[in-house]
Amino acid sequence: MQSLTDKVALVTGASRGIGRAIAEALVAQGAFVVGTATSEEGAQSISAYLADKGQGLALNVNDSEAMAASLKDLEKAHGSIDILVNNAGITRDNLMMRMKDDEWDAVINTNLSAVFRVCKTVIRGMMKRRQGRIINISSVVGTTGNPGQVNYCAAKAGLVGFSKSLAKEVAGRGITVNCVAPGFIDTDMTKSLTDEQKQTIFNGIPAERLGKPEEVAAAVSFLASPGAAYITGETIHVNGGMAMV
Amino acid sequence: MSNIEERVKKIIVEQLGVKEEEVKPEASFENDLGADSLDTVELVMALEEEFETEIPDEEAEKIKTVQSAIDYVSSHSDD
Repeated sequence: MQSLTDKVALVTGASRGIGRAIAEALVAQGAFVVGTATSEEGAQSISAYLADKGQGLALNVNDSEAMAASLKDLEKAHGSIDILVNNAGITRDNLMMRMKDDEWDAVINTNLSAVFRVCKTVIRGMMKRRQGRIINISSVVGTTGNPGQVNYCAAKAGLVGFSKSLAKEVAGRGITVNCVAPGFIDTDMTKSLTDEQKQTIFNGIPAERLGKPEEVAAAVSFLASPGAAYITGETIHVNGGMAMV
Repeated sequence: MSNIEERVKKIIVEQLGVKEEEVKPEASFENDLGADSLDTVELVMALEEEFETEIPDEEAEKIKTVQSAIDYVSSHSDD
């Protein structure tokens, strides 16, 4: 049964990996999905796989004004955004003692500050309509920590605190704010891990395998559904048992 | 009653769910009309839309009573 018929969803970082799986899962539930990418090329590939169920959008989340303008156009064309999934993320791994300021800044900016900017833009419409779902993609390492990722882990843990605070602010307006924290999922991002990193990770996963992007998307899809209306400020961990929080 | 005053009062009635007779000029949104801080933010958003203007945060913070809302809009509106 389709539970998201007539809903409009915005999924950031939707050109591949978990973001793409989320976009496809929301479409399967009947939503119209706008998927963002940083480049026109990425936006076109999103438009191609979503076909008539959605569209790709090149969005620079670091430019508040430009972003607000594109989102305004978008809402004019397709209606207000009901579901926002902040999925876009990058890694710039390095041991802290070697980490450059720009590696720190880039990750905090894209993975944390951009979420603040997108939420601030989108939540206006949700407030007015007294309904909305915001789902932020955190990570298991935001809870457990991971050597070589002080920037990434700080941003992902930051999303959890951000989501809890925003959840408290807007719960009375029918808006829920939650996180989904994937463990190690089979995507391009985890393919770039070294063999040594992978072996250490595998030893710690009771399920003895990587997760699939679709398994993360299923949790997002649930939080976006009408059945999850009373869940807010929560983090759902999708990690094959590697961290039980 | 000026047109602006009527429109501002109508928005306050709608946003805060209060009776029209409660919306006196000196009434404070938070102390008299039962608004919380988020209600006040939403009220400013509604005023921005009605009068097609953008109210900067430092100005929005000063809009705490019915009269201050009317005054702000009157001095920043063309109509």
